[in-house]
Amino acid sequence: MSLLNLVLLLPLLGFLACLFLPKKNLGLIRMFTLLVSLAIFVVSLGLTAPFLDKGNGTWFVTDVPWIQSPEIRYHVGLDGLSVWLVLLTTLLTPISVLVSWNYIAKRPKEFYAFLLLLEFGLMGVFVAWDLFLFYVFWEICLVPMYFLIGVWGHERRIYAAVKFFLYTMAGSVLMLAAIIFLYVKGNTFDYINLLELLQSGRLALTSQEQLLLFLAFFVAFAIKVPLFPLHTWLPDAHVEAPTAGSIMLAAVMLKMGTYGIVRFCLPMFPNAARECAPWIVALALIGIVYGALVALVQPNMKKLVAYSSVSHLGFVVLGAFSFNQNGLDGAVYQMLSHGISTGALFMLVGFLYERTHSLEIKDYGGVSTPAPWLSTVFLITTLASVGLPLLCNFVGEFLVLQGSAAVNIYWTAFAALGVILSAGYMLWLYQRTFMGEATDELKHHMPDIGARELAASIPLIILMVWMGTYTKTFLPSISAANARILEQSKTRVEMRVQATAGESVHVR
Amino acid sequence: MPAAVPVSYYLILSAILFGLGVAGFLFRRNIITVFMSIELMLNAVNLSFIAFSYQLRQVDGHIFAFFVMVVAAAEAAVGLAIILTVFKNRSTLAIDDVSSLNN
Amino acid sequence: MQDQQLWLIPALPLVGFLINGLLGRRFPKALVNVVALGSVLFSFAWVLKTFNALGGLETAHVERYFSWIQSGSLDIGFDLSVDRLTAVMLLVVTGIGSLIHIYATGYMSHEGGYYRFFAYLNLFMFFMLTLVLGNNFLVMFVGWEGVGLCSYLLIGFYTLKKSAGDAAKKAFIVNRIGDFGFALAMFLMVVNFGSLDFQKVFAAVKPMPVEQTAGLLTAIALLLFVGATGKSAQVPLYVWLPDAMEGPTPVSALIHAATMVTAGVYMTARSAVIFQHSPMAMDVVAIVGVITAVMAATIGITQFDIKKVFAYSTVSQLGYMFIACGVGAFSAGIYHVVTHAFFKALLFLGAGSVIHALGGEQDLRHMGGLWKKIPITFGVLACAWVAISGVPPFAGFYSKDEILLAAHHHAPWMYWVGVVTAGMTAFYVSRAIFMCFFGDYRGHHHPHESPVSMWGPLAVLALLSLAGGMYFKVPHYLEPMFPAAEGHHDETLVMISVAAGLLGIGIAALLYVVRPGLPDTIAAAFGPVYKLVYNKYFVDEIYDAAIVNPLVGTSRSFLWRVMDAGIIDGIVNGTGFAAKTIGGGLRLLQSGNIRSYAAWVTAGCVLVLLAIGVVAGGVR
Repeated sequence: MSLLNLVLLLPLLGFLACLFLPKKNLGLIRMFTLLVSLAIFVVSLGLTAPFLDKGNGTWFVTDVPWIQSPEIRYHVGLDGLSVWLVLLTTLLTPISVLVSWNYIAKRPKEFYAFLLLLEFGLMGVFVAWDLFLFYVFWEICLVPMYFLIGVWGHERRIYAAVKFFLYTMAGSVLMLAAIIFLYVKGNTFDYINLLELLQSGRLALTSQEQLLLFLAFFVAFAIKVPLFPLHTWLPDAHVEAPTAGSIMLAAVMLKMGTYGIVRFCLPMFPNAARECAPWIVALALIGIVYGALVALVQPNMKKLVAYSSVSHLGFVVLGAFSFNQNGLDGAVYQMLSHGISTGALFMLVGFLYERTHSLEIKDYGGVSTPAPWLSTVFLITTLASVGLPLLCNFVGEFLVLQGSAAVNIYWTAFAALGVILSAGYMLWLYQRTFMGEATDELKHHMPDIGARELAASIPLIILMVWMGTYTKTFLPSISAANARILEQSKTRVEMRVQATAGESVHVR
Repeated sequence: MPAAVPVSYYLILSAILFGLGVAGFLFRRNIITVFMSIELMLNAVNLSFIAFSYQLRQVDGHIFAFFVMVVAAAEAAVGLAIILTVFKNRSTLAIDDVSSLNN
Repeated sequence: MQDQQLWLIPALPLVGFLINGLLGRRFPKALVNVVALGSVLFSFAWVLKTFNALGGLETAHVERYFSWIQSGSLDIGFDLSVDRLTAVMLLVVTGIGSLIHIYATGYMSHEGGYYRFFAYLNLFMFFMLTLVLGNNFLVMFVGWEGVGLCSYLLIGFYTLKKSAGDAAKKAFIVNRIGDFGFALAMFLMVVNFGSLDFQKVFAAVKPMPVEQTAGLLTAIALLLFVGATGKSAQVPLYVWLPDAMEGPTPVSALIHAATMVTAGVYMTARSAVIFQHSPMAMDVVAIVGVITAVMAATIGITQFDIKKVFAYSTVSQLGYMFIACGVGAFSAGIYHVVTHAFFKALLFLGAGSVIHALGGEQDLRHMGGLWKKIPITFGVLACAWVAISGVPPFAGFYSKDEILLAAHHHAPWMYWVGVVTAGMTAFYVSRAIFMCFFGDYRGHHHPHESPVSMWGPLAVLALLSLAGGMYFKVPHYLEPMFPAAEGHHDETLVMISVAAGLLGIGIAALLYVVRPGLPDTIAAAFGPVYKLVYNKYFVDEIYDAAIVNPLVGTSRSFLWRVMDAGIIDGIVNGTGFAAKTIGGGLRLLQSGNIRSYAAWVTAGCVLVLLAIGVVAGGVR
C-alpha cells in the first residue's frame, strides 16, 4: 500500500474510531483527535520526499477498479500541484484541533469526528485522478463543513450553512452533468485517459460542447473560489462558522476551486478557457479591487478577512488565466500562501473572540498593551497578508502580477491597486484593534497568548517566513507540474493555429 | 365451444369494477369499506390480466394475477390486523379520525 | 576577487533584531544596548573591512547566494553587490546608523518598550543595507518595502497615541502607492529584458536609442520615479513625511532624514542608465524636484513645531537632490545625500536634545534663550545651521553648489529657483535656531544638558557637517560611474547662491532677533496667503476630500450595502425566496390525506387517458 493511501485512509479510520469514543469524555476526544491528526501530518511529510528529491513527476499512484459498471476507478496520485495542498490540509487540521481545544464544548465527539472527515474529503479532492472519485470527495467535503457551520456556529448559523450548501451544490450539479457527459462521450471517468483522448483528438468536441463543458466545470469551481460575483456565501459562512471551520474553509476549502481550475479547466478545455479568459480575468480583477474596497469598510473582523480572501483569490484566478509559467506558478504559490496567512488570520481572530466574545472591531483597541505577543503574531500575519517581501504572499503575488504583465500590463496595474488597498484595510484593522489605549475591561479579559495558542501559531509563522524566503523547497515541483499543465493546455491551440494557417494558404 | 365472448366485454366489466373501487375508496369513511374497495380494484385489475392473457395466449397474465392475489392476501392479513388494533385503541373505524401521523 | 561575505553586513543587524525582539523583554537595558549597538558597529566594521579588501572598486563586486524565485526563464537570486555608489551609501548608512544608535541609548533611556525600539532600529538597518546592497531590483525592493515597514513600526512606536498610529498607517499606505510604481516598472523590465539583475538590465538598455518621445524606457523610468516620490517624499506623495515626526526623534533623524528617505535618490541614481535614455522622464524628475523644493520650503517658513520645520526642510532638500538627478548630475545628487545626512541628522538629533532638555516640548514659541542653558547642543546645532545654509566652506555649500551649477547648465531658470529656495532654507533654519536659542526663555520646564551618550555622537556629526563636504569629494569618487559632464565652474553663480544663503540668515536675524515683533505684522499683512501656507496648502485636506473619503464612502454605502448586500445577495436570496414561495404553494397539495392523494391520482389517470384518446383520435 503506497504512502498516499495510508495518508488518505488514516483520517477516515480516525473519523470512525472517534465515533466510538465515549461521548462525555472531552479530554480523551480532543487528545485523540490531536494525536491522530498530528500522526497524519507526520506521515504526510513523507509524501514530499520524491518531490524534494526529483522535483517533478507523478508519484504514489494507485489505480484499482472500484465500481465495475460504469467503470469507476480508485485512481489517486500526487504531482507537484497536489502535494503541497495535501500538506496544507494535514498541517491545518491539527492546528484547527488546537484552536478548538477549549472553545468547543457542545457535542465535542461529533465536532472532532467531522473535522477528521473533512480532512479526509479535502485530501481526496486533491489526489483523485478519476473524475467520479473527485466528485465523490468534492461532495464529502460539503457534509462536515455544513454541520461545522450549522451546529457549532454563531447566531445566524443555519442561514449561513444552508446558503453555503446550496451555493456549492448549485455549482457541483453542473459539474456532475459535465462529468457524465464526458463519460458518455469518452466512456471513461479517468482523468488521465480523458486528457489523452481529448489531446489526441480521438474524443472530439465541437467548440460549443467544449465551451459548455468548460463553463459547467468553471462555475462549480468559481463558486468555491469564490470569484466575484459568486462570493456572497463566503462572508456569511465565515462570520457564522466556528474558528476551526473558518480556518479549514479559508485555508483549504477555497483551494478546491482554484485547484480544480488549474487541474481540470485549463488542460481539458484549453480552447474554451482561452476564449473565456478575458471575461474571467475581468471578473478576477473586479474581485481583487472590489473585495479590497468592501473589506475596507467592514465593521466585523471575520467579514473583513473574508472579503480580503475574495481579493487574494482573485490573484489566483488572474494568474491561472494568464497562461504562462510565471502566472500559473504564482497562482499555485498564492493558493498555498493564502492558506497559511489567512488561516493564521482567522485563527488569531478566533483567539480574540475566545477572550471577549466579540467580532466587532469597535469593541477592541489597545490590545497590544495587555497582550504584546498576541499582537506581534497578529502583526506578522498582517504583514504576510499585505504581501510584504520575505513573507509568503509576496512571492505568489509577484509571480502572478509578473505573469499577467507578460499578457497585458494594464491588468497588472489594476490588480496591483488591490495590493495598495490591502495595506489599507489590514493596517487599519491592526491599528483599530491593537493600538491606542485599552479599556480596563478589555485589559481584564485579554491575557497574552498561551502555550497552546503559541503552539498553533508558531508553525504558521515559520512557514510564512520560509515560504517567503526559501522558495526552492516548494517552487521547483510546482513549476514542473505547471509546466506540464501549460504544455497540455497549449498543444491544441497551436494545432488549431497551424490548421487555420494551412487553410488560409489553401484559400490563397 | 360457445362463441368467444369479446375481450372488450371483460375489459368493460373490469373498468366498471375498478371505477366502483375507486369511488368506494374516495368517498367512504369506514376503514373496512375502504379496504374492501382496494380489494375490489385489485380484482378488477386481475380480471383484465386474465382476459388479456386468454386473448394473447400467453401465461404472463396468469402469473401476474397470482402475484396480485398473493399481495392482496398479505395485505388483507396486515391490514385487518391494523384495523383491529386501531379499533381497540380508538373505538372508531372512521378514517378521518385516525390521522395523528399527519403533521 | 574572493568572497567578501557581504551578506554579513545586513545579517548582523538582523541577528541583533532577532535576539532583542525575542528575548529583549527580559534583558537589562545594558544587554539590549550591547546587542543592538554591537551588531550595528560590527556591521560598520565589516563594511570597512570589505572596502579594505576590495580596494578601488572600479567594477562592481557581485556575490550570488541562492536563487530566490525561479519560475520559467525568470530567475531572481539573493544577490548582493558593491560598487562605488553602494560604497558611499553603505558608509552613510552604517556610519550615521551607528552614531544614531549610540545617541538613542541616551535619548530613549526613560521610555517604555526600550528593547522593542532597538529591535526595530536593527531591523531597519537590515532592510536598509539590503536595499543598498541588492544586486537586482527585486532584492532592492525587499529592502525598499522593508524600510517602509520599519518606518511604520517606529512612527507608531508610541502605540497609545492615536496620532502616531494614524501617521504610521499613512506613511505605509502612501509608500505603498509609490511601491506600486516601482513594482510595475519591475514587471515591465522582466517582460522586456527578461531579468531584474542590474547588469543585465542596464546592458540591455544601453544600446537602445535615446527616446525622444514617450516609449518603453520613459514608462519604466517614470514608474520607478513614482516609487521614488513615495519613499523620498516628493510631490505629490510627500504628505506622509511631516506626519512621520510622531515617531521618536532618533527615528526621525535616522529614517526620515538621513537614510531611508534618500533611498529614492539612490534608486534613481542606480537606474541612471534608464533615466538617461528618456529626456522626458528626466525633465519630470527635475520639475517635480523644483516644485517640491519650493513648496516644502515655503511651508517650512511658517511652522512652529521644531521637528516639523526640519521635516519640511528634509522634503525640500530631497527636492534638491531630485533636481540634481533630473538635470543629469547624479553624482551631485548623491553628494547632497551624504552631506544632507550629516547636517540633517545633526539637526534632528540636536532638536531631539533640545526636546529632551525641555521634557518633551516641541513648540518653538515656548523656547528661546537656550544657548546659555544647553551650550553644547547649541554649539553642535550651530554647525548644522551653517552647513545647511550653504555657508562656505561647510558641507552643505559644496553639494548645493554642485547641484545649482548643474541646474544652471541644464536650464537657468532652475538655477534661479534653486537660489531662492536656498535663501528660504537658510531663512527658516535660522528662524528655528533664533527662536530656540536667542531672546528670552518662554517655557516653564527647567532645561538641562543631555548626557554624553547623546552629545558625543552630535559632536562627531558636527565635525562631519563642518568638514565633510570638503573632505569627502563624492562626485570625484563616483566619476567612473557618473562622468562629470558639466566642466565649467562659474564663480559668479557660486557667489550669488552663497549670497542668497547669507541674505536668508540676515533676514531671519532681523526678524527674530533685532525686531521680534515684525514676523506677526508680516503674517497679518499677508493674511490669506499666510494662512494657506501655514496650513500646508491644505494638501492633506484635499487628499482626504478628493480620494480617501469618496473611496471609503463609496465602498461603504454603494459597494457593500447596495452592490453586495443589496444586488448580489438580493438575487441569491431572491432565488431562495422564490423557491420557498413556490414550494409553499405546492405544499398545500401534500396534505397527508391519503384520499386526496388518491383523488389526485385518479384525476391524473383520467387526464392521461383523455390525452391519449385525443392524440390517438387525432392520428386516426
